[in-house]
Amino acid sequence: MIPAAFDYVAPTTLDEAVRALAEAGEDGKVLAGGQSLLPVLRMRLAAPSKLIDLNKVAELRGVREDGDAIVIGAMTTHYDVLRDSLVAEHAALLAEATGTVADPQIRHRGTFGGSLAHADPAADLPAAATAMDAEMVIAGPGGRRTVPVGEFFVDFFTTALGPDEVLCEIRVPKRTGWHAHYEKFNRVAQAWPIVAVAATVRVDGGSIAEARVGLANMGPTPVRATGVEQALVGQPATAEAIKAAAEHAAEGTNPPADGNADAEFRQHLARVLTSRAVSAAVGA
Amino acid sequence: MTATVEPEVGKARRRKEDARLITGRTRWTDNLALPGLVHMAILRSPMAHARITNIDASAARQMPGVLAVFTGADLADEQGSLPNAWPITEDMKAPTAPSIAVDKVNFAGEAVALVIARSAYEAADALESIDVDYDELPVVLDMAAAVADGADLVHEDLGTNSSATWIFDSGEAGTGGDVEQAISDAEVVVERTYRQQRLIPAFMEPRAVVVDPTGEQFTMWSATQIPHILRVMLAMTLSVPEHKVRVIAPDVGGGFGGKLQVTPEEVLTFLAARRLGKPVKYNETRSESLLSAHHGRDQIQKMTLSAKRDGTVTGLKVELLADMGAYLRLVTSGIPILGAFMFNAIYKFPAYRFVCTNVFTNKTPTDAYRGAGRPEATFAVERMMDELAVELGMDPMEVREKNWIKHEEFPFTTVAGLTYDSGNYEAATAKAKELFGYDALRAEQRERREKGDPVQLGIGISTFTEMCGLAPSRVLGSLSYGAGGWEHAAIRMLPTGKVEVVTGSSPHGQGHETAWSQIVADQLGVPFEDVEVLHGDTQSSHKGMDTYGSRSLTVGAMAVVQAADKVKAKAAKVAAHMLEASEDDVEFASGAFRVKGTGAEAKSVSIQDIALAVFAAHDLPDGVEPNLDSEATFDPENFSFPHGTHLCATEVDTETGRVEIRSYVCVDDIGKVINPLIVEGQVHGGLAQGIAQALFEEAVYDESGTLTTGTLADYLVPSAADLPTFVTDRTESPSTTNVLGVKGVGEAGTIASTPAVVNAVIDAVRHLGVSDIEMPCTPMRVWQAIRTGRPDAGGLGSEAGGGLGSIDTSGGTQ
Amino acid sequence: MRITVTVDGTKYTDEVEPRQLLVHYLRERLGKVGTVVGCDTSNCGACTVHLDGHSVKSCSVLAVQADGSEVTTIEGLARDGRLHPVQQAFHDNHALQCGFCTPGMIMQSIDLLADNPDPDEKAVREGLEGNLCRCTGYQNIVRAVRDAAGHMKGGAGPEAERVADASQPVGGGN
Repeated sequence: MIPAAFDYVAPTTLDEAVRALAEAGEDGKVLAGGQSLLPVLRMRLAAPSKLIDLNKVAELRGVREDGDAIVIGAMTTHYDVLRDSLVAEHAALLAEATGTVADPQIRHRGTFGGSLAHADPAADLPAAATAMDAEMVIAGPGGRRTVPVGEFFVDFFTTALGPDEVLCEIRVPKRTGWHAHYEKFNRVAQAWPIVAVAATVRVDGGSIAEARVGLANMGPTPVRATGVEQALVGQPATAEAIKAAAEHAAEGTNPPADGNADAEFRQHLARVLTSRAVSAAVGA
Repeated sequence: MTATVEPEVGKARRRKEDARLITGRTRWTDNLALPGLVHMAILRSPMAHARITNIDASAARQMPGVLAVFTGADLADEQGSLPNAWPITEDMKAPTAPSIAVDKVNFAGEAVALVIARSAYEAADALESIDVDYDELPVVLDMAAAVADGADLVHEDLGTNSSATWIFDSGEAGTGGDVEQAISDAEVVVERTYRQQRLIPAFMEPRAVVVDPTGEQFTMWSATQIPHILRVMLAMTLSVPEHKVRVIAPDVGGGFGGKLQVTPEEVLTFLAARRLGKPVKYNETRSESLLSAHHGRDQIQKMTLSAKRDGTVTGLKVELLADMGAYLRLVTSGIPILGAFMFNAIYKFPAYRFVCTNVFTNKTPTDAYRGAGRPEATFAVERMMDELAVELGMDPMEVREKNWIKHEEFPFTTVAGLTYDSGNYEAATAKAKELFGYDALRAEQRERREKGDPVQLGIGISTFTEMCGLAPSRVLGSLSYGAGGWEHAAIRMLPTGKVEVVTGSSPHGQGHETAWSQIVADQLGVPFEDVEVLHGDTQSSHKGMDTYGSRSLTVGAMAVVQAADKVKAKAAKVAAHMLEASEDDVEFASGAFRVKGTGAEAKSVSIQDIALAVFAAHDLPDGVEPNLDSEATFDPENFSFPHGTHLCATEVDTETGRVEIRSYVCVDDIGKVINPLIVEGQVHGGLAQGIAQALFEEAVYDESGTLTTGTLADYLVPSAADLPTFVTDRTESPSTTNVLGVKGVGEAGTIASTPAVVNAVIDAVRHLGVSDIEMPCTPMRVWQAIRTGRPDAGGLGSEAGGGLGSIDTSGGTQ
Repeated sequence: MRITVTVDGTKYTDEVEPRQLLVHYLRERLGKVGTVVGCDTSNCGACTVHLDGHSVKSCSVLAVQADGSEVTTIEGLARDGRLHPVQQAFHDNHALQCGFCTPGMIMQSIDLLADNPDPDEKAVREGLEGNLCRCTGYQNIVRAVRDAAGHMKGGAGPEAERVADASQPVGGGN
């Protein structure tokens, strides 16, 4: 299949990119890794008149430390995230989730920011970013603004990004020493998860001191399982206690129904997988 | 040349075919570039059932690079009707099958307009600007509803959705008793209904076709399994003289029955090339392939089995509904009939009745898919044997043993009227059980059940047989099939002693070039490397019935052997002359003729010497033509009957419904083996496809008749990460039907594995109240079955989950 | 747009439409038809090539994005008349039947061995999860990759594509 014709620019700085996007108007589209966008264009499910390719914007790549956060450039590929020592040390959950994204070829090309901006509620990284309390740094014609992850995902494939804005970096609070596990449940390895659970917890003296749990494909946006998080805090890091807390996982969710799972099954899976994710994280 | 040569047959020769394929020096149809080549794209109906009220292609015709746009109305007078070669009953109803819809579409994906443009990109652009107006008609999707009174009709002119009802009854045929009597007399009756979900062959190379009309002949290159049949059918369908058509199947990237077809796209490319007088290429997209290339399986199977309390089976009644889809393609109508002779399987049922009703729906036509009728039959009977075992409280293997044909009972004529020539089910089963650790796994299963382990273990058995080597022409004739089942081969002895083998078999990944070379090397005593195998071009290989139904070795290679015999017979006359002996006094061994009884050191003439002598033709015996070349056409006397015992252990996570295959052991008996490497590869690939039916794949339509599994993101072909390592082994009961002793292996793994896996899944959770789970056994279905006993959660009409189909692109894709 | 790309060691400069997919550029403009297209959605992996030393699906990269880059395809692996060890291992282990997925499988296998020079079976299977094969059931592919691991050095891109020890000449398919 063949995309409809479009114009193409490949700016080398973020400022140029933002300008190009503004000039392109409504039919402009940002091209990051392109691993979701190009298939969509090939299937002609979308036909933007202009692509603004961020691949040559060097300032959007890489991971750096900034006080109590690490900052991941939006154009950092999954492959580079996986190999990054700062991510490994301070954001183990992101590394775990990133390792399950699609397949190796796509991880070479696909980017962290691209995956978040695509905002597929079934995708891995939005749920992981949700559990990590990430902040989205967004650049637009008026300068930069920061949006907490909870406000970034608005609906299916819809984010807080304005049509003239570019997601430029993601600030991830350090969760150094936290335990993490990403539990992905899919039918074949390459498929989107039916449900996935991104869990990270801090254990102090055998009890869970803090917990964050994000759910994929349990609604139109990634879901933060706050009921589970609250129930976990103060509990011993044992399989029994975790299982009891995980019973809250489906609270307030509105999961989709499709051929792989109805809403009831997804809610059931959310509970089972949350229990498994947290248990795996703490080694219970 | 050495006097004693190690036989080639039986050697694990690495394949001749590989050198090009691993370096990218390939000749896929889509690789072909010809001077002046133009590209065709097809607009397909999004509607499953509708009248076409208007097509406006005026804008498309004006677009840059567009040479022509054709609609059905433009081609109606010349497109003919796509062939169906199998009128299974005298009163079978078959609709006219246009390659491009003229005034009505009957399935989503049917062609409604063609664009021919300078480039594929321009053709794709022009498709977008064609407007088609449709008047929607009621959509017929459910087979049972389709044959009920007052149903909406797919083809109004036929007056019914039932194409034909085909019956085999052992009482009437005189091959067994009356099944109704057996059922009414039975101590135990087991009734079950199974659903064979619709599958998509999903060969890796999408179909492609190039037609060059600029020569004296039309030359068609097509990604087809059947270049020879295609040529005949094009001639018959399009009223083009057969001798003016040449068909070439270049490298073909898999078929699995999916390229056993005369396709609308082949006809349309031909018509476009003829209209334009220019070479035209059509290369389908994967989405088009999944949507419109023929599908497979899709049956509802009502099974009634009667037995005695001791486990002896007394009767089997099979009532099928088989989904044809919207049209009868080449052998659509006959696919379920190929299963009719296999439901009784390896068991000694004394009474058998098979009734199949073929049903039209507004879906993509079905046709051959790996196994074609036989996997469906094997699945149902192997599931039933497990159900009988449960009913009687017996071990499922014990029930099978009690009923199968004992090895000393061969040849055995079955209740379906076939004569199984050889087999040894006891030997294959004993070996499989040993490799599997059957008893230890049963013990572990008990343990897990007792402690209520959330992950339960199940053991699945499939003791299958199949009929290969399609087919004795007289049998095909008795089944009203439109052609014979022979195969042709020719051998050319070149002056330098090298050998060209021409075969009517048409490989598309099987490795015929290697296997045929091994056979001919032994037959003629020439080096393996000296044999070249020519195939897949009706100009060099003019006669053939092509490759499907595990027939190439049992039929095609037998033709090669017979051709080699003729070469040797011709050579013997020349050899005798050269050795100054009588023809009766010379013998052939290891590539050379000698006077009988003279030993290895005596004077000999090699087949190569003879080839050169015949080429020179200076001194040949009187009346001998200067030619060793020979050909043969082999028509088998009988089918061959490979069999095997497949054992599968699954772990079923009762909390999530996920199924993991823990181990898979199969011991196949395919008779003599030409090349164990190739055999093993065929078994592995077959297993993968059969397992995929059990666990992953299904072509799903929504209530409007839209295929929701129209990409490889939704139609779940398993990857390496989704499949286990298989343990494969063999026993060997040579076929007595052919001199090679071979039986065929192409479909064995696919046929056997599906019931082994599903039986294992059910076995894991049966103690939780589960007696059936529909395929594919998805996590949701397994979980629901455990919870509620319902076998079919998320069935027909539900949407595919989590694929590109779900992408709404209005958001901020980045 | 004008692009300059080095493919299998040869530098090409061409005018291309922005929308042209890298795989179409390779096949149609450069005649590199060894790399094939098997799907529309980047699931099958048949079109896998190396872009600056890493495996990518060339159906999901625009030709313009390869400007200034190096591309290695299946046709660029054999050096000095000798097969790449992974090609050789695919042949030795009967890791292909129809061969349509093979170019992508081989390119991805090389990439995975570059990242993990001695993968166990699970690592091989997971490393190939983005490549579909319909013929082999993958068992012999897995075997081939592990066999090849013993014959080559680690390291991505051109480094991985260097032949480590004696292997067979190209051609003569035995």
